[in-house]
Amino acid sequence: MNSIIHLQLWQMLSAYLFVLILIFIVKLKGIPREKEIFISSIRMTIQLILTGYLLVYLFNTPSPVYTIIILIAMLVFSIYNIIKRAKRNLSLKLKQIIALSMCIGTVSCLFYFLLIVVRITPWYDPRYFIPIAGMLIGNSMTGISLGVSRLVDGMHTHKDFVEGALMLGATPKMAAKQIVDNAFDSAILPTINSMVGMGIVFLPGMMTGQILSGTSPITAIEYQIAIMLGILGSVSLTIIIFVQLGYKTFFNNQSQLIIGE
Amino acid sequence: MFSLKKVKYKHILDIDNLNIKKHKVTCIVGESGSGKSTLLRLLNKLISCDSGEIYYENQLLNTIDSVELRRKVSMLPQLPVIFPGTVRDNLLIGLKFAEKLPVGDEKLHYILNLVHLNKKLDEDSQMLSGGEKQRLALGRLILLDPEVFLLDEPSSALDEETESIIIEKLVAYTKESNKTLIMVTHSKKVAHTYSENIIEINKGKVVNFKEV
Ligand SMILES: Nc1ncnc2c1ncn2[C@@H]1O[C@H](COP(=O)(O)OP(=O)(O)OP(=O)(O)O)[C@@H](O)[C@H]1O
Ligand SMILES: [Mg+2]
Repeated sequence: MNSIIHLQLWQMLSAYLFVLILIFIVKLKGIPREKEIFISSIRMTIQLILTGYLLVYLFNTPSPVYTIIILIAMLVFSIYNIIKRAKRNLSLKLKQIIALSMCIGTVSCLFYFLLIVVRITPWYDPRYFIPIAGMLIGNSMTGISLGVSRLVDGMHTHKDFVEGALMLGATPKMAAKQIVDNAFDSAILPTINSMVGMGIVFLPGMMTGQILSGTSPITAIEYQIAIMLGILGSVSLTIIIFVQLGYKTFFNNQSQLIIGE
Repeated sequence: MFSLKKVKYKHILDIDNLNIKKHKVTCIVGESGSGKSTLLRLLNKLISCDSGEIYYENQLLNTIDSVELRRKVSMLPQLPVIFPGTVRDNLLIGLKFAEKLPVGDEKLHYILNLVHLNKKLDEDSQMLSGGEKQRLALGRLILLDPEVFLLDEPSSALDEETESIIIEKLVAYTKESNKTLIMVTHSKKVAHTYSENIIEINKGKVVNFKEV
């Protein structure tokens, strides 16, 4: 268990055989996807190599400034991704709320996790800070993306329900409640489901990585449990902030529904 | 009760001067697309006019809290909104929206009888026919007991006979309990038989105001 097998170059290369087989199959079937498969394999390789070197550099020269820059870059990238992934046009107000909930939701959970749960010193130790930030931000991004599409879709397709409630004297909060609850549910569900299957259906990526690199499975599992709870916290906090503020952007200060105008 | 002065909304409505009286039955008529529903939505403050003034009981609509206003001046939309659940759920949800106390089944049966809907309270409301849904939505509104009823074609999906029964009961009910009734209708018969005032709208303008 203590001797880690370092992959040699030729061993790495032999893993690309999977890609070759896949390309061969799609060619044979006449599916025009060779280019995408090729490009995505190359991109994955280059991005990971660069990240690897970047991380080596960061780990060897720990600095609060670098750590914060990386955190901000991850947040900006994830917010950009959420907005780009949305199928409908989002109002500026809603985009701001996405950014706000991502920042507050992930950063507060991140610091709680690092400083209270794991208790790292210094607080900016990149070996812990960066991968954990990545996991919290990545999972929150997936969750909030679902929440955004459910909320916006719900407001559009159930416009008549919302207005029907307003006409009878409902506050915007009551009128949107069903849609808000629904958006929250569907955004949080993937995280909850992944917790249910964990350890039985699949071994989570972080744990697998740790075990392969020589960590005892018990230690890996301790971390995995802690990080899952951290992810759950971060995802739910992000989504709660988002839906609670987000639905309000569909109403003006006269409690009127404003969409599609 | 309502008075409108130089009200404009987009290119849809342009009303110079209009007064709607308290405790009266007022019908709004006019061809399709003339702006009748838009007028009701303005009175319910679901939308606000771009220019001009609307007063409710001498108070500028913009200065009244929208939610409070809608609890006094409640509206039935042209297409009835039926929420998932039973007939009972659909009746009670209005009270929940308006933050009023729930009522017992006895009262609900009374309402169903009033709107001439012969269904059990536990029936699934999604299974109702178009006209039944319309009456259910109307029943929900009556249960709220608002001061002003804004009804957008409350009988459009009903046969003539049912229409007469419902409108007759409705008018009697509003008279008894001192309510104001403002309704859009395409039925000349309804307009002439029951209304005390008729507002005719054409291409966004009030072209005729008649006291019957
Ligand atoms: N939000 C809106 N934006 C732009 N145009 C609208 C909007 N709402 C309604 N209209 C237009 O305004 C006009 C009047 O609509 P309205 O629904 O008030 O007509 P109506 O008199 O109720 O007609 P009907 O008898 O068919 O129900 C229509 O031409 C409609 O297309
Ligand atoms: Mg209409």
